[in-house]
Amino acid sequence: MAGSSEYTGVDFYDMDGLLSEEERAVRDTVRAWVDAELMPVIGSCYIEGRFPRQLIPGMAELGLLGANLPEKYGCAGLNNVAYGLIMQELERGDSGIRSFASVQGGLVMYPIHVFGSEAQRLHWLPRLASGAEIGCFGLTEPDFGSNPAGMLTTARETSDGWVLNGTKMWITNGSQATVAIVWAKTGAIDEVASIRGFIVPTNTPGFTAKDQKGKLSLRASDTSELHLQDVHLPTDALLPDSGGIRSPLMCLTQARYGIAWGAVGAAMACFDEARRYALNRVMFDRPIGQTQLQQERLANMLTEITKGQLLVLQLGRLKDLGTMKPAQVSLAKRNNVNMACECAREARRLLGANGILIEYHSMRHLVNLESVYTYEGTHDMHSLILGQEITGLPAY
Amino acid sequence: MKVAVCLRRVPDTTTKIVIGADGVSINEAGVKFVPNPYDEYALEAAIALKESAGEGETIVVALGEDAVQETLRAALAMGIDRAMHLKGAPSADGLENARLLAAQLAPLGCDAILFGKLAVDDYGQQTGAMVAELMELPCAAAVSKLEVSGGRATVEREVEGGVEQAGCALPAVFTCDKGLNNPRLPSLKGIMAAKKKPLDIVPVTAGAGQAVIVSLTLPAERAAGRIVGEGAAAVPALIQLLTSEAKVL
Repeated sequence: MAGSSEYTGVDFYDMDGLLSEEERAVRDTVRAWVDAELMPVIGSCYIEGRFPRQLIPGMAELGLLGANLPEKYGCAGLNNVAYGLIMQELERGDSGIRSFASVQGGLVMYPIHVFGSEAQRLHWLPRLASGAEIGCFGLTEPDFGSNPAGMLTTARETSDGWVLNGTKMWITNGSQATVAIVWAKTGAIDEVASIRGFIVPTNTPGFTAKDQKGKLSLRASDTSELHLQDVHLPTDALLPDSGGIRSPLMCLTQARYGIAWGAVGAAMACFDEARRYALNRVMFDRPIGQTQLQQERLANMLTEITKGQLLVLQLGRLKDLGTMKPAQVSLAKRNNVNMACECAREARRLLGANGILIEYHSMRHLVNLESVYTYEGTHDMHSLILGQEITGLPAY
Repeated sequence: MKVAVCLRRVPDTTTKIVIGADGVSINEAGVKFVPNPYDEYALEAAIALKESAGEGETIVVALGEDAVQETLRAALAMGIDRAMHLKGAPSADGLENARLLAAQLAPLGCDAILFGKLAVDDYGQQTGAMVAELMELPCAAAVSKLEVSGGRATVEREVEGGVEQAGCALPAVFTCDKGLNNPRLPSLKGIMAAKKKPLDIVPVTAGAGQAVIVSLTLPAERAAGRIVGEGAAAVPALIQLLTSEAKVL
């Protein structure tokens, strides 16, 4: 495993042998794209707190947006393992870039595909796949994070459509989105079953988005607050087949699935960096990779990454079979993101003082992963989902 | 515009090579194979020639065992229209392989046949020129610029200290150098579409030929460095060794 300067991934258990030729080809294409397009700019984007918007056309051209949706709607029609590998490779670059793709595909295109009318699908999906439209997903509110069913955003039916009012927070892509999927209650504020999804063009009067400033994590990703004040929408803005809190949670299952893969990519990046550094950095007249402490770090990282890889691969196979359960996604998201946080922390420590510089990637991954640990169901919430799955008793 | 590209499958240049038990081939176990990097310039050029002509066909041809089909599909994923797998073991004698290729390429009636300028595994650098000779076509080797108009090609070649411009009538054979273009990545839709594109299998048997590989050996391990001293005090000893032992001064 020692050697060259090019990133070649981490594959200790011949995972490649479990992938189809097509799945490997997809992985290799995205890996090459990340090397050529993302890696040269990610450091400066991160420092400047800027999403690399110029990369969207290239991502769309490769087919990275909504890649597991049907070709009929301008998408690549990949299976879920190939989709997961895309997320893995994007997050090898940066969690913020993977977040962008997760939101566009899992949280915007997916609900239009599943809950939308055929007319909505035909109108929106090709535009979102080509990057002509950028989407965001408005579920979380300032006072309703882990408990989205408590949302205060409302949608009142009028003679010719809907009027939306409310505030959404922590919305990835919010300020650059041209369309938002907004979740709102169409009935009384305690009527969870009245939650419906709406397609909201962001240029609709009354809709405003502003970036949340001062982030120390996911700095190469836009995170915004959305305000909806008397936003008038036509009747067909409603996603007709959405209904209840289950609908947005189904979207989150898609995105969490991608995150479970993405976290493996971030961990692989950190391991790769740590291994190279350990071989090259000489202290006390020998490479630090020849010391027992660093070897234990690397051994732990490789072990956990390998377990995480096998976990998401089987999860993907179950998803392709149509038998994947949301609690299985919770297990993978919880385990893999926590695992990636640990790998990033150990890698940063192995890198010594150099590890705090932007030229190295582990600390950027480390602070990004703190957001990933917290979003899309916090680590703790996934513990409770698993607890409920095991005991049948909800603790939340 | 009908363009054929002859493609080789080679070990990834980051692969650690292990020589096989027979001593004349490499052990392929665990080796990652990729399209020959110079052939990727040829593939991109073929796709671009067809795109700028607005019509035509691109065909990729490879000689080898079944594993070469993965490399052919990678070319189809980039955007090549169809593939031909000349199924059989390549000869160690480049002329025999060139004969097989020429025999299959002749009936296609291509306007241009493209190769990489060399394959990064054996550095033979002969197949392209040999195919041109066997087909009695003009050949420009190691082109870093290729333009086609009115049945003629204009090429540039990077020669020592400058650039050579040359031209020839089509059909012709070109071997492609770095700098010719920026090969595109296969898109995900391209990867999916590649499965549905034609891949014809043509069984072939290479002639015995006159060249044989006698043995393969790995480069000698580099000897460990020697520290002759530290700081300014080490300079005289260093100069003395560079003069008398390394003989570079």
